[in-house]
Amino acid sequence: MEGDYKFRINNLNVFWGKAQALRSISIDIPANRILGIIGPSGSGKTVFLRSLNRMNDLVPEISVEGRILLDGEDIYHPDVDPVKLRKRVGMVFALPVPLPASIYDNIVFSPSLFRIRDRKKLNHLVETSLTSAFLWDEVKDRLKTSALRLSGGQQQRLCLARVLAMEPEVILLDEPCSGLDPISTAAIEDALGILKKNFTIILVTNNTKQAARVADNTAFFLMSEMIEYGATEQIFTMPRDKRTNDYVTGRFG
Amino acid sequence: MDRHFFDELNSLKQELLNMGSLVEEMVSIAVRALVEHDVNLLETIRQNEARVNRLQVDIDEYCLKLIALHQPAASDLRFLLGISKINAELERVGDHTVNICKGISVVLEKEQVKPFIDMPKMVEIVSSMFKESLHAFVILDVDKARMILLRDDQVDQLRYKIIQELIELMKKEPEKVETAVSLILTANSFEKIADHATNIAEVVIFVAQGKDVRHHFEDPLL
Ligand SMILES: Nc1ncnc2c1ncn2[C@@H]1O[C@H](COP(=O)(O)OP(=O)(O)OP(=O)(O)O)[C@@H](O)[C@H]1O
Ligand SMILES: [Mg+2]
Repeated sequence: MEGDYKFRINNLNVFWGKAQALRSISIDIPANRILGIIGPSGSGKTVFLRSLNRMNDLVPEISVEGRILLDGEDIYHPDVDPVKLRKRVGMVFALPVPLPASIYDNIVFSPSLFRIRDRKKLNHLVETSLTSAFLWDEVKDRLKTSALRLSGGQQQRLCLARVLAMEPEVILLDEPCSGLDPISTAAIEDALGILKKNFTIILVTNNTKQAARVADNTAFFLMSEMIEYGATEQIFTMPRDKRTNDYVTGRFG
Repeated sequence: MDRHFFDELNSLKQELLNMGSLVEEMVSIAVRALVEHDVNLLETIRQNEARVNRLQVDIDEYCLKLIALHQPAASDLRFLLGISKINAELERVGDHTVNICKGISVVLEKEQVKPFIDMPKMVEIVSSMFKESLHAFVILDVDKARMILLRDDQVDQLRYKIIQELIELMKKEPEKVETAVSLILTANSFEKIADHATNIAEVVIFVAQGKDVRHHFEDPLL
């Protein structure tokens, strides 16, 4: 069944200096599904996400133990080029950070597209990635205007389009809707629902209801541990662990 | 989520229990009518019925509001669905008690009926199942709920015996056909109340554990 799982993670431990940020996490993440990760602040969601494309490597105090297989291959193997890995496993952050450039350039300035010179090809890429991010119709007539003039929700979809333009296999999203109004949030959620046909999506969210709406499977993190992992439907109707129930019903803390 | 929501859940539960007490009173009035031939409380039962009907609507609206405003999950969601289901069961039980009382008062206008041994026995089991089902809900006691499920068969058997007895009566004393038919309907109504108590017990298990035990789909080993 190897092919059905995009990631297989076995006994992942992450240390931040002496403190343990993740404790023996084992989880198999199915391909072409949305995995929602929920949990209180400081539970390790972001650290987990950043382990999946080795962004944690950029922080010297962090050390990672355990095994993370992407399509069966160990991503921490010395032969693996982290830059190539990050192209396969793209990431969208909480706050949209478009470059102070035009909408068009925001997409073609992605480092991995650097070498593409063919205008036609670039135009095509801009159109397809903006379309996939559900932004094309809103911006197609003003591609040359500044990305900073877009609304927050549009900027976030632009950031998603930038990631999509790199043609990744996995998209990691860390609270992508935290500053967005319900309509922009719905636009992102709709986009994710369509994108999962072609990508594996891992969505960290502080909004449990968002996980309930969009995720196929949900993992609950608490104090560096993964307490429960199951079909979203099960997690939100009959969680096995009392702590999960307390969290999804808002009884925490 | 805010404290407010949990307070709302509590007051909703309280409202359902108020409705439960009204219906419990109706059941005991029906029992008295049947066993002691006391039909003086017909007016009380009518008043209770009107209050129960109003409460049913209020409680459903309250549930709807809490679901819409708070989008509850897990145990809270099961709880709200449970309240809404029990709400409907209670209203049905109330209706049966009204039918029972009406039926008996008509019978009593005609003649004194001798008590059938099995009838009071069945009625006692039914009313205790009903009380217990509400109590199981108050404390979400799964064991208690399971005990109620087990008693349903006993009621079915007693009802069968009562009906056989009444058929014999009709054969022997054809002039008592009307009375006998009326008593058969009464036995049926009590049996329905037991069914509703069973449904309430199933809701308790669902709310407590998330398991749907209706129609015996459950794994008997669980
Ligand atoms: N800059 C840092 N320096 C030291 N430790 C850190 C730092 N950032 C995070 N940690 C540690 O890692 C743990 C997990 O943090 P992480 O950022 O993954 O939490 P999170 O679940 O993403 O929380 P939030 O919902 O607030 O984003 C924290 O409890 C903290 O101890
Ligand atoms: Mg975080």
